[in-house]
Amino acid sequence: MTQAVQTAIQASAERLGPPVYQLRNVTRSFAAGRIKALDPVDLDLREGSFSAVIGPSGCGKSTLLKIMAGVTPPTTGSVMLYGSPVVGPRTEIGMMYQQATLFPWLTTIENVLLPIKIREGAAAATAKREQAQALLDLVGLTGFENVYPKQLSGGMAQRTSICRMLITEPQVLLLDEPFSALDELVRDFMNIELQRICMSRNATALLITHSIPEAVLLSDTVYVMSPRPGHFVEAVDIDLPRPRTLDMMTSPEFGEYVRHIRNRLDLEAASA
Amino acid sequence: MTMATERDLGRPVTVEPASFPETVWTEKVTIIDLIPRSVAMIGLLVIVLTLWWSVHHFQIVSRIILPSPQEVAADIIFVGKNLLSGGYMLAALWITTKEILFGFAIAIAIGFTLGVIVGETSFGERALLPYLVAIDTMPKVAFAPLFLAWLGFGIGSKVALAAFIATFPIVVGTAAGLHASDENARMMFKSLGATRWQTLFQMKIPTGLPHIFTGLKIGAVGVMAGAITAEFLGGGKGLGELIRVAASQLQTPRVFSLILYLSALGYLLFWLVVFAERRIVFWHRSTVAGIETRH
Repeated sequence: MTQAVQTAIQASAERLGPPVYQLRNVTRSFAAGRIKALDPVDLDLREGSFSAVIGPSGCGKSTLLKIMAGVTPPTTGSVMLYGSPVVGPRTEIGMMYQQATLFPWLTTIENVLLPIKIREGAAAATAKREQAQALLDLVGLTGFENVYPKQLSGGMAQRTSICRMLITEPQVLLLDEPFSALDELVRDFMNIELQRICMSRNATALLITHSIPEAVLLSDTVYVMSPRPGHFVEAVDIDLPRPRTLDMMTSPEFGEYVRHIRNRLDLEAASA
Repeated sequence: MTMATERDLGRPVTVEPASFPETVWTEKVTIIDLIPRSVAMIGLLVIVLTLWWSVHHFQIVSRIILPSPQEVAADIIFVGKNLLSGGYMLAALWITTKEILFGFAIAIAIGFTLGVIVGETSFGERALLPYLVAIDTMPKVAFAPLFLAWLGFGIGSKVALAAFIATFPIVVGTAAGLHASDENARMMFKSLGATRWQTLFQMKIPTGLPHIFTGLKIGAVGVMAGAITAEFLGGGKGLGELIRVAASQLQTPRVFSLILYLSALGYLLFWLVVFAERRIVFWHRSTVAGIETRH
């Protein structure tokens, strides 16, 4: 299985840009090492690539993402972003979560501007108002900038949270099951939006997901994780042309990728 | 073949024959649920007053102990006139109002500060909270003699007991409010590199406002109890003292009417808090005893 990972890394190295994220031997354990949340993980994310991590619940996917975001420290190993160690939150990173996490006392546009307000102050946030408006227009929320989140649907709330992630112009996107709370129709639409945004900005993205089709649809590489303590058991390169479309989801190749990953997950679940 | 069931679908969707009885039915509604709120309230009042009147009329209990509704009504008007003409009762009402407002203000200041210390710092949670819980379980009116001994028979001792009683629910509300933020919100602020103050003021306190206002509402009720208890025990010139004097002279109609005016004062304070809550916590529907207040 290490071989498979190595091959995948080499294969993507030929295709894509320089490494952005580099993880070596990253682990996380609790209770003085007695409970392991994450077995050693090695990972390279190359510039402009889209990767997905898929695995069963509680396998440590979210822990991995938190470590990469500099929110949780690793127990061992090193995390490098653009050549410098990640030892805390970094401004290059933009994050999205399963819940939109909009604050009900802020209007849509104030929610979008919140990262600027926190990092650079209220004056800087006011100065960026036009950019925030442009982002809201881009995701089809024109006219909703001054309403409160209570009046937004689930899909609109997640689109607002995309804008909040993009307002800081992050080069790296860490996505923790961003659309899993949405219904399937909205979710497909949002995934295509996400692809468009990533491609237009040449952003490097890592997606945590439970959905195999979603992972295949969006990713250049899908990393399959074992049950707890999680580690990568296979890196599956998805060789489908870009931009990906929802139509591709019915193609035989797509089905083959999905089947392969599902079998791999079942195998791990059975041996656990 | 034409069928009624074809409608706009362009193909038959049901199997013939389509002859069924109408199955329209209504949900059961009890008559009591159909009564408007105002009618229900007035109706209940009429029932209670009638019962009261009967007890008095048929002398089920001594008339000295229980005055008639008419006597109480007459006294309510008498007290009202005295208040409006700026008589000694107005002065008493003003003193009690001052005690309540000062007591509440002090309770908010101390309660909020302690609540933030308990909810935000591990020192507060580990060292301070156990003592606060211990004091909170005590019957706080038992401290009244102590406050009287320390602060004398003036307004100070009344303010102190009122504040003392109202502080604890505000501490609890604030501390609980600061823990109300969810994991995602905290992670988001952390990942943005927010400082502790930014997280506190821009996320934790706004998130906790509904809890804080719950504490304030309980405190607003407590502050009344504190002020009146202290007046009963320590004299002074407030409404509580008037009630005590009237009761000792067996002027029961006066006791009833003064209690009514006192309730109006408490009611006013309570709704002042609810009003503030609606303005400040506009995104959250405030409730009284679990029932939504109208927006």
